[in-house]
Amino acid sequence: MTEWELRNTRDGYAEALLELGEKDPRIVVLDADLAKSTQTEKFKLRFPERFVDCGVAEQNLMATAAGLAATGKIVFASTFAIFATGRAYDQVRNTIAYSDLNVKICASHGGITVGEDGSSHQALEDITLMRAVPRMKVVVPADYYEAREAVKAVAYLEGPAYVRLGRPKAPVLFGEDYRFRFGKALVMRPGRDVTVIACGYLLHKALLAAEELAGEGIEAEVINLHTVKPLDREGLLESAARTGRVVTCEEHTVHGGVGSAVAELLAEEMPLPMRMVGIRDRFGTSGEAEELVEHYGLGARHIAEAARRLCHGDNGGKPRR
Amino acid sequence: MRPAGELERHGNMSGVRPGTEGMVLEGTEAEELRNKLETISRELRRDIVRMIGLAGSGHPGGSLSCVEILACLYFYKMRHRPGEPDWPLRDRFVLSKGHAAPALYAVLARCGYFDREELWRLRRLGSMLQGHPDRLRTPGVEISTGSLGQGLSAACGMALGLRMDGIPSRVYALIGDGESQEGGIWEAAMLAAHQRLGNLTAILDNNGMQIDGRCCEVVSLGDLPAKWRSFGWEVQEVDGHDVLEICEALDRADAARGPGIVIAHTVKGKGVSFMENNVDFHGKAPTREEMERALEELGEEA
Repeated sequence: MTEWELRNTRDGYAEALLELGEKDPRIVVLDADLAKSTQTEKFKLRFPERFVDCGVAEQNLMATAAGLAATGKIVFASTFAIFATGRAYDQVRNTIAYSDLNVKICASHGGITVGEDGSSHQALEDITLMRAVPRMKVVVPADYYEAREAVKAVAYLEGPAYVRLGRPKAPVLFGEDYRFRFGKALVMRPGRDVTVIACGYLLHKALLAAEELAGEGIEAEVINLHTVKPLDREGLLESAARTGRVVTCEEHTVHGGVGSAVAELLAEEMPLPMRMVGIRDRFGTSGEAEELVEHYGLGARHIAEAARRLCHGDNGGKPRR
Repeated sequence: MRPAGELERHGNMSGVRPGTEGMVLEGTEAEELRNKLETISRELRRDIVRMIGLAGSGHPGGSLSCVEILACLYFYKMRHRPGEPDWPLRDRFVLSKGHAAPALYAVLARCGYFDREELWRLRRLGSMLQGHPDRLRTPGVEISTGSLGQGLSAACGMALGLRMDGIPSRVYALIGDGESQEGGIWEAAMLAAHQRLGNLTAILDNNGMQIDGRCCEVVSLGDLPAKWRSFGWEVQEVDGHDVLEICEALDRADAARGPGIVIAHTVKGKGVSFMENNVDFHGKAPTREEMERALEELGEEA
């Protein structure tokens, strides 16, 4: 098996901040006593006059970010995903998004792979919450390079955005030359039998699943849905039309998350057999990241099994169209 | 980006404004100022009552209690350009207690930010005047508010941003006493003091009431001046309906080294006898008959 290089998506974020900060004086970074974890500390050390630690006060962090943006700043607001989207939801919705301000919420520790800290720190519904907010863009990078490039792209999109970063080191899937295209689903591996849509930490699992399926003669098309909102409707429909079957993967609840986003599209435009790999109405628990991926049924074998069942007609087989 | 040219043209804008530090307003000039601001306040009250009456919903109590505060800010204290709402050197105002939007709309219209006729379309579908302030729809509104306890944080952000750019503008935030039950107010209070935001002045519309009753009966706010002092703010107390007291306090706040708060003791529903200190008029519009009666009490249109 291939030996994958592992790197933090958070480090990609930190790297992008340094690059942005160097060339654009409007870049300001806020954190809520987690600068060492979110990696914003690197920006703080380089540009102390453009960094504000708001302390353990996430609600104030978000509304302060809005005020800064109202003076023309491009503000990056960082904390853990659970606090950024849950604790401070109202500030994000009412003061940032309703005001349509340039606040980029870059939250680390998204998903079940937060690991040992357990449920209180595992954001499993952050994509749902952010996706529901009008004007909010939602991006879930899969590796160091994608995180770095996505953050740089998001900096110059008008209005608010949410970028979900992880805690564990993730397999490196891209390289120095990777060009991030906001809003454009990326085909990582072509295939004709089933479309497997994934993002973030599970994109690598989806690729492993595709390999496993290939051994059985099932050709899975793996799509990197790094931009969850706005959804690349054309890209997804084009692939779904070719394969006739769709599997979605997320380390997140299936209620309102990536699977829901895809299902909303397919239900209206192209109803076809679909399975969602994700967490179903459960809280998280303590454990090692990879253990949790297994425990919650999010691993490569679970993704492969979902695809297999679709292809073997367990779910109606061929499209009913 | 810092508007360098503009800053140079306003070379005397750094620090304390000339002639305002610790100034006591007295003599004929003071009387003229008092007359002017009191006349404006009466007109604003008429507009507020009419606007809410015609809309058939809204919050008259807390709008009427902060009228003098807004009149003093917009017609005495703040540097702003109604014809150029995005003027980079303007002072900023944030209505943290967003339900007092009618008071803000009335003062913005009177300044000339938009046509006064817009006031009579308050809360209607397609109106530029939403139930709570919307910065994208209403010229002069700096940030959208309405969900309580967030405006002071936003004001902190503005004060930080202006300071980073070396722009000597000031930021004013009007908060409510009921609103001060929100934890976010105190989060912002800590940050502003820690950051020594001398360009930030909060004004507390201390009318003593909230929707469910008197604040002291719902959840007591305790000793507010002591609380703010202990959070590191410079505290002043004024009669919130005495325009000269308010103006003097706002002037004194210019010299503060850290954030300052003016605790304005006010009467909810001020100016309309049957609304004054009447909890029922927190969020209830007057009937057509009540509106006429209120307008009569407030006197002829100037």
